Amino acid sequence: MNEQELYDLLKKAQEPKGYFFNKDRERVTDLLQALLLNKDRYGYMCCPCRLASGDRKLDQDIICPCAYRTQDVEEFGSCYCNLYVSKAWNETEGPHPYVPERRPQTRLPY
Amino acid sequence: MVIYKNFKGGFMPPVKLYTLSTCSHCKNTKQFLNSLGVAYDYIDVDLLQGQERTDIIEEVKKYNPNTSFPTILIGNRIIVGFKENEIRGALGL
Repeated sequence: MNEQELYDLLKKAQEPKGYFFNKDRERVTDLLQALLLNKDRYGYMCCPCRLASGDRKLDQDIICPCAYRTQDVEEFGSCYCNLYVSKAWNETEGPHPYVPERRPQTRLPY
Repeated sequence: MVIYKNFKGGFMPPVKLYTLSTCSHCKNTKQFLNSLGVAYDYIDVDLLQGQERTDIIEEVKKYNPNTSFPTILIGNRIIVGFKENEIRGALGL
């Protein structure tokens, strides 16, 4: 699968749920390419903005879309990576607030 | 020790980044520092293996127990995440 195919697939699946790609297409391209790279590296699309352990079970909560996306989009309008955002976030001019890491330290596998 | 001067003639503290090669915030941080003409060292932690990786993760944890990226050291300041204003402030710019 190439980046454009992944883009089309995810857009179709995620927009109806209220998760939109960042309007910064270049950033989205970078992140989708990183997801494809992580799929090659680990066998699953681990969050590009977090350090994967390489063990799918331990990384389960940070496989994209991560377990923290819902809360982050609700609270900040964006996921941790700024890949998925709310409609309102895209309609608001930046700079947008930094989304802090929500993953608890107890989930860190290292 | 190398001493860098910043644009205002002050001394530039050493800058070190712990980053991931895939992380958008890490890329933005590097681009931002490049645009300011600031010299820095960086380590892409996801590209490390074995003992070196373990050692560097321990090092990051000391500065940032969340082990999130980028973790930015500017002199004695620790900045977690791509926060332009904090980075500028720590650099004295």
